[in-house]
Amino acid sequence: MSTATERTQTPRGIEGSGYEAVIGLEVHAQLLTRSKMFCSCSAAYNDAAPNANTCPVCLGLPGTLPVVNREAIENTVLTALALDCEIPPFTKFDRKNYFYPDLPKGYQISQYDLPLSRNGLLAFTVGDRQVRCGITRVHLEEDTGTLKHAGDLIHEATSSLVDLNRAGVPLMEIVGEPDLRSPDEAREYVVRLRQVLMYIGVNDGSMEKGSLRCDANVSLRREGDTELGVKVEIKNMNSFRAVHRALEYEIERQLEVLRNGGTLVQETRGWIETENRTVSQRSKEQAHDYRYFPEPDLPPLALDGDFVERVRTRLPELPGARQRRFESQYGLTAYDAALLTTTREDAEAYEGLLAAGVPAKLAANWQTGDVARLANAHHVPLQRSGLGVAGLAGLLRLLESGAVNGPTAKALLDELYLPGGDPEAVVKERGLGQVSDAAELGRIVDEVVAANPKAVEDFRGGKQQALGALVGQVMKATQGRADAKLVNSLLRERIGG
Amino acid sequence: MAESYIGRTVAEMAAALRGGRITAVELAGQAIAHRDRVDGRVGAFLARTDAMALEQARAADERIAREGEAAPALCGIPVALKDVLVLEGVETTASSQILKGFLPPYTGTAVRRLLDQGAVVIGKTNCDEFAMGSSNENSSFRPVGNPWDLERVPGGSSGGSAAVVAAGVVPYSLGTDTGGSIRQPASLTGVVGFKPTYGRVSRYGLIAFASSLDQIGPFTRTVEDTALVYQAIAGHDPLDSTSSPTAVEDPVEALRSGVEGIRLGVPREYFVEGVEPGVRAAVETAIETLRSLGASVEEVSLPSTDAGLATYYIIAPAECSSNLARFDGVRFGLRVEEPSLLQTYLRSRDAGFGPEVKRRIMLGTYALSSGYYDAYYRKAQKVRTVIAEEFDRVFERVDALVCPTSPTVAFPQGARSDPLAMYLCDVLTIPVNLAGLPGISVPCGFSEGLPVGLQVIGPRFQDARVLRVAHAYEQAAGFTAQRSPLALEAGAA
Repeated sequence: MSTATERTQTPRGIEGSGYEAVIGLEVHAQLLTRSKMFCSCSAAYNDAAPNANTCPVCLGLPGTLPVVNREAIENTVLTALALDCEIPPFTKFDRKNYFYPDLPKGYQISQYDLPLSRNGLLAFTVGDRQVRCGITRVHLEEDTGTLKHAGDLIHEATSSLVDLNRAGVPLMEIVGEPDLRSPDEAREYVVRLRQVLMYIGVNDGSMEKGSLRCDANVSLRREGDTELGVKVEIKNMNSFRAVHRALEYEIERQLEVLRNGGTLVQETRGWIETENRTVSQRSKEQAHDYRYFPEPDLPPLALDGDFVERVRTRLPELPGARQRRFESQYGLTAYDAALLTTTREDAEAYEGLLAAGVPAKLAANWQTGDVARLANAHHVPLQRSGLGVAGLAGLLRLLESGAVNGPTAKALLDELYLPGGDPEAVVKERGLGQVSDAAELGRIVDEVVAANPKAVEDFRGGKQQALGALVGQVMKATQGRADAKLVNSLLRERIGG
Repeated sequence: MAESYIGRTVAEMAAALRGGRITAVELAGQAIAHRDRVDGRVGAFLARTDAMALEQARAADERIAREGEAAPALCGIPVALKDVLVLEGVETTASSQILKGFLPPYTGTAVRRLLDQGAVVIGKTNCDEFAMGSSNENSSFRPVGNPWDLERVPGGSSGGSAAVVAAGVVPYSLGTDTGGSIRQPASLTGVVGFKPTYGRVSRYGLIAFASSLDQIGPFTRTVEDTALVYQAIAGHDPLDSTSSPTAVEDPVEALRSGVEGIRLGVPREYFVEGVEPGVRAAVETAIETLRSLGASVEEVSLPSTDAGLATYYIIAPAECSSNLARFDGVRFGLRVEEPSLLQTYLRSRDAGFGPEVKRRIMLGTYALSSGYYDAYYRKAQKVRTVIAEEFDRVFERVDALVCPTSPTVAFPQGARSDPLAMYLCDVLTIPVNLAGLPGISVPCGFSEGLPVGLQVIGPRFQDARVLRVAHAYEQAAGFTAQRSPLALEAGAA
C-alpha cells in the first residue's frame, strides 16, 4: 500500500527548462502457470535445486520440440482483456536468435509481428492528472535460465554456473506507449499494472524476485514538439523506487547534455542501484540483430471468439472499477476506497465484513487502521490471520452493539489477530463486556468523586482536563470496560459542568 | 544352423518368425555378422548396438511365442537408424564432431514406436553432417560406399540408411528427408525410400536441420515393407505440434487396390536438361508399365519447378542457422575451452562443424539479417506458397505424379566438389518437401549398370495412394528382386 503513496518531486531541472520527458515502459511478467511455456516441467523455479526442474525440451537438447502451454495462452488473453486490448483472431510465435549461456536453444521463442493482443489502455491518476497510457501490445514468450558467477562481479568471474530451472517459464511482455511524462507517472503505471496483474491472478507481483521486471525508454524533447527525441533504454530496475530514481537520474543527465549543447546517443543504459546512476551498456550500433523469423515448430494459433469469451468470464472486477464502486456504493472517500482496493484480497475482506453486517464506515476505519497495522507488523494479511474476516466481523459487531467498548475491542484485536478465537466467547469468558448499567456505574462514579476531592475541585475551578483523570479512575475501577460516554455524562451530572 | 535371411524382406522375416523357421536372436546374429562382413568397405555404421540388439531380440522371441500372429509386424526384425534420430543412451552424433560422444537421455517418438513394436536395433547409420548433403561425403567421420559400386556415392543425406538396406544388412532402416535425403539415396542404391506427408510422422527426437521440411521415413526392399514401417511410425504425437491429428489411412490395405483408373500426371519440368538419358529412358518405360496396368497418363506442368532449388536454399539454411545455434559448447557436445565466452563459442563451433554446415549457417544467417529478410526469406516463403499451389492445381486433374527421383545415377566419390553441382542432385525432390507432399522412390531399372528410381508424388495426406501406385508398379516390374553385389555375398538368399 505504501509504494502507491510515496511521492517525490519531478526532477529538479526539467520544470521550466522548456523540455519535457517522454517515457514508455516495457514490463515483463512471469505467468503463474503450473508448468513451463513449452514443456511439462514445473514453473516453480525458485523452489527447486539447480537444474532440477528441467527436461530435454527446456534444456534445448537436440531433437526436442516445443508444445504450447494452454494455460499460458489463457492467462495472456485474460491480461489483454483486463488492459482493454484487441485480440486478433490469428497469432503466431517467432524465434529471436542470440547466443547466451542462459538461453539453451540459442533462440528465444517469442512473438514478433503478430502478438496475442494490441492497442490496450491503462488509466489512472497521479495527483490531479488523469493519465491514459496506451498499451502497444501484450505478447507471450519464454524466460531464460539464470547464471551464477563465481566471484562477485561478472567481469572478474573465473567461471559461471548455468541454472535452467527458470528457462522456459512463461513470460508476458507488456509494452506501453510513450504516454508517460514524469518519473511519478512511470512509477504509478508500474504500481497500477502490477495491481491489475495480481487482481486477475496471473502474476505474483514480485519485482524483488524478478517475476515482474521493468525496462524504460526515456527521451527529452522541446515542449510543444510532437517528434520524439533520442531514446535511451534503461534496464535493471528492480523496484518501484528504482524505476523512479533511475528515471529521475536519466532525465537530469539528458537535460544536462542538451543544455550544454551536446547531443544524445541512442543507447541502452543500466541502472546501478548502489551508485545511484545509469551507465552505458551498448550503443545503437552494437544492438543485436535478432533475425526474427516465424517459429517453424509451432503452427500459428487461431483464437476464436468463443475461446476469448470463455476467458472473459474469468475476468474479475478490476481495481479501478472497484474503487469507484466503493466510493459510490459505500460512501467512502477516494483515499479509503483506494486503500481498500489495493489488492483483490483487501477488497474482498472489506466486502466480507460488510456482508457480515459491519457498517461500511466502521469496517473501513478498522481495516485501514489497526488491521493494516497488524498485517504489516506480522506480515500476515487479515484473511490469512487466525482471526480472519469472520472473527473481525464478530468483534466489530460486539463494538457496534455496545457489548464492548473501543479500547477493549482494540485490545482483543491485538490479542486474537494471529492465534484467532471467537471474540464473543472470549468476552463472555473473561467478563470483558462493556459496563453500561447506569446504576452500577453511578455507584463507582460516586466512589471516585468521593476519593478525589482535588480533581473535583480543579474541574469545578475550570480545569476541563481534570474530568479526564476522573474518567480514567472509573475506567480503572472497571478494568477498562466502562461505557466511556455514559461515565462522562454521569460525572458531569455529579460534579456539574 | 538356421537358413540365411540376409537380403530378405520385413514381410518374409515376420512370416518366418511366426512360422518358427527362425528366431529374432538368429536374425539379429545374421544381421550383425553381415554388417561386420561388409561394413569395413561400405562405412555405413556409426554406433553399433549389439548388446541392446540381442536383448531386444530375446524379448521379441518371447513376445512372438506369447502373442503369435497378434505380435506386431516389426517385432523381432533388425533395423538401423540414421544418426540424426535420438535413442536413449546410444551415441547420437548427426555425423558431426560437435556431437561426438553425445548420449541422449531420451528416445524420439518414431524410434519409440518401433521399439514398442519389438524392433531390434543393430546400430546408427552414417549420413551427411546434420543431414546436409546429397552424397554422404559431408559426414565428418567417413564417406559411405554405394553397395552397387563402392567407388560411387550412395546419395545423401541418408546414405548410410540406404546402403545398409541395399547391402542386405537389415531389411529396413529409418532416414530423414528434408530436400530428397531419403528418395535420392534410395534411387541411387536401388531400394525403396519414402518421405511421408509433412506432419505424418512425429519429428520429436529428430535432430532438426530445417524444421518446416524435415520428415522421417523408411528405406525398405519393397513397398509392402514400407507400408508396414510407415504404419508403425505414422500418426499424431502430442510432443510435435506440427504432427497432424487426422487419422492415418491403412497403408497396407491400400496396396490391394491397384492402379486401374488412376490418373497419373507427368510433370514436363521434371524431364528437362540434366536428366541423364538412361534415367529418362528407365522412367519412361516405368510410366508405360503403369499405363499398361490401367492408369491414365497425361502430361502436366509445374511451371515454378525451377524456382524450387533457390527457394529451398534460402528457407532450409535460414531454419538451420537457428536450429544449430544450440550447439554452443555450453551444455553438451564439443567444447573448446577459451578464456572468454565469445572465444569459447567461436572455437567450439569452428572445430565442431564441417564446411557444408558452416556454409549453410552463414547463408541462413545472412538471409534472415535485418535489411535482407524481405528480399530473401520472405520472398522465398512466397515462392514456396506458389509452388504448393501449383501442386494443388495439378492434383485437381490427376491423382498422383510420376517422374525421376534423381537426374542421375550414382556418381563417383569426389566427382562433385562444387556445392552448386551437388545442390542440383535434389532438383527433382525438393519441390515435394517445399509443398509438404508424400513422395516415394521405387527402383525402376538400371542405367550404366546402376539403379534408377521412379518417383511417385501424391497430394498431402494421400500417402496410402502413393504407396498403392508404387506397389502396383513394383509388382509388375519386379526390379526389387535385384540385389546389390554386397547383398549377395556370403550366404545371402
